[in-house]
Amino acid sequence: MIMGAYFKDLFGGFWSLIVGLAITIKYFFQPVVTLQYPHESLKMTPRFRGHIDLVADPGTGEPLCIVCGMCQRSCPSGCISLKGEKPEGAKKKVLTAYTLDFTRCSLCGLCVESCNFGAIDFSKEYNLAGPSREAYVFDLLKRLKDRRSNADADA
Amino acid sequence: MNASTEVYRLIAFLVGLIAFAALNAAYLVWLERKVCGHIQRRIGPKEVGPYGLLQPIADGIKLMTKQVMLPPQVDPVLFRIAPALVLIPAVMSFVVIPFSENLVAREINVGLLMVFAFASVNVLGLLVGGWGSANKYAVISAARCVSQNVAYEIPMLITVITMVMITGTMNLNEIVMQQPDITRWYVFRFTASPLAPVAFIIFFICSLAETNRAPFDLGEAESELIAGFHTEYSGMGFGLFFMGEYANIVIGTSLATILFLGGWQSPVPFIPGGWWWFLAKVYFLIFCVMWIRWTYPRTTLWGLLNLSWKILIPISLLNLLLTGGMLKLMPLAGGAG
Repeated sequence: MIMGAYFKDLFGGFWSLIVGLAITIKYFFQPVVTLQYPHESLKMTPRFRGHIDLVADPGTGEPLCIVCGMCQRSCPSGCISLKGEKPEGAKKKVLTAYTLDFTRCSLCGLCVESCNFGAIDFSKEYNLAGPSREAYVFDLLKRLKDRRSNADADA
Repeated sequence: MNASTEVYRLIAFLVGLIAFAALNAAYLVWLERKVCGHIQRRIGPKEVGPYGLLQPIADGIKLMTKQVMLPPQVDPVLFRIAPALVLIPAVMSFVVIPFSENLVAREINVGLLMVFAFASVNVLGLLVGGWGSANKYAVISAARCVSQNVAYEIPMLITVITMVMITGTMNLNEIVMQQPDITRWYVFRFTASPLAPVAFIIFFICSLAETNRAPFDLGEAESELIAGFHTEYSGMGFGLFFMGEYANIVIGTSLATILFLGGWQSPVPFIPGGWWWFLAKVYFLIFCVMWIRWTYPRTTLWGLLNLSWKILIPISLLNLLLTGGMLKLMPLAGGAG
């Protein structure tokens, strides 16, 4: 019967609207799930691949890098340039400059893989907005020193 | 009461009602954004002031400092009067709304009729604004608004006629007086009309459609019509349309409160009736309006017209007939009894 279908549609439709309202009012009283970004931020997972960073010797705080240059040679985009010198009387070379041109880096990770000393690792940095191209040429040695002084300040 | 105190009273009410309409428009936007946020499990405005409470003021300053553009192709007269045509009738309707027993600017014995007369001017404002904008989206939107308002005014007015048959008066304050406790609210008065809650729902749906609220906001369907009739408006021109929309929501929910939910009368015996009950009921209904807006997607134009012509109008006519029959059979059931 045609009228039967009409009323079935009417009540079915009305009921579906009530179900929808029930769902939204349930959400209304549930706690918010959004992250209030500038005030709080997520902790990145261990596997997150940001740009590379130097790893410090936990004992001395100096970089583990021995300036072999493997990372520089393995980089397909030529982003990495580093310098080192051998101070008087020392046995090993000491890193004096390590720059990463992040504008060309594709985060392939070949540098991290090629390093035999575990001296470079992916950082957890993702706040990477900047006003100019030059802002993306990172001085990793300076970043390491900043991290150390921040850690000292915290301790 | 002599003539001069009457003048002061009217001026006080005028200022008060305009302030009420403007404050409502400002803070209902804030409330809307909060409700929307929490329904989507966000917070909503929170940065400007505590709980984002200063956000409407910041928005207002922004709107007022913006340049009011007059695009070269528009009809300068129609384009300028349209926002006022939307806002003024909405504010005018407040004149007869009884906030409490004595708090009513002007008690008119055809108050209900006056509100609906002014409510129909609102759509004229949208039509004039859309037409005067000389913009194809605005014109399409204006045509949609008119067809929608024509379609929804019919079931709304049939429901209102039913209510007037029951109440026997168009004086809004008297209608409230007839509903002194919750069992005698017209939404539960089954002895007068067996379909009373249905009539309330029809009235509520129609007032949503009349105020162009989602899910019936076809007039400003962003995805197809940019912003509809207010596409070409900037600054306070747009701001007035916005205030008009929110003032109309307040009017629609106030009428629903007065006709069905007992106006300023108290539903519980231990708290006396007064403007606080009126505002509580109105804001509860406004919350429902927002809740509905953030639950349902926008309807299509044919769906909207189908709903009106195939469902709301037949049911409201049935309600009218049933109520007439009930009143004929049991005359004491209706009216102030």
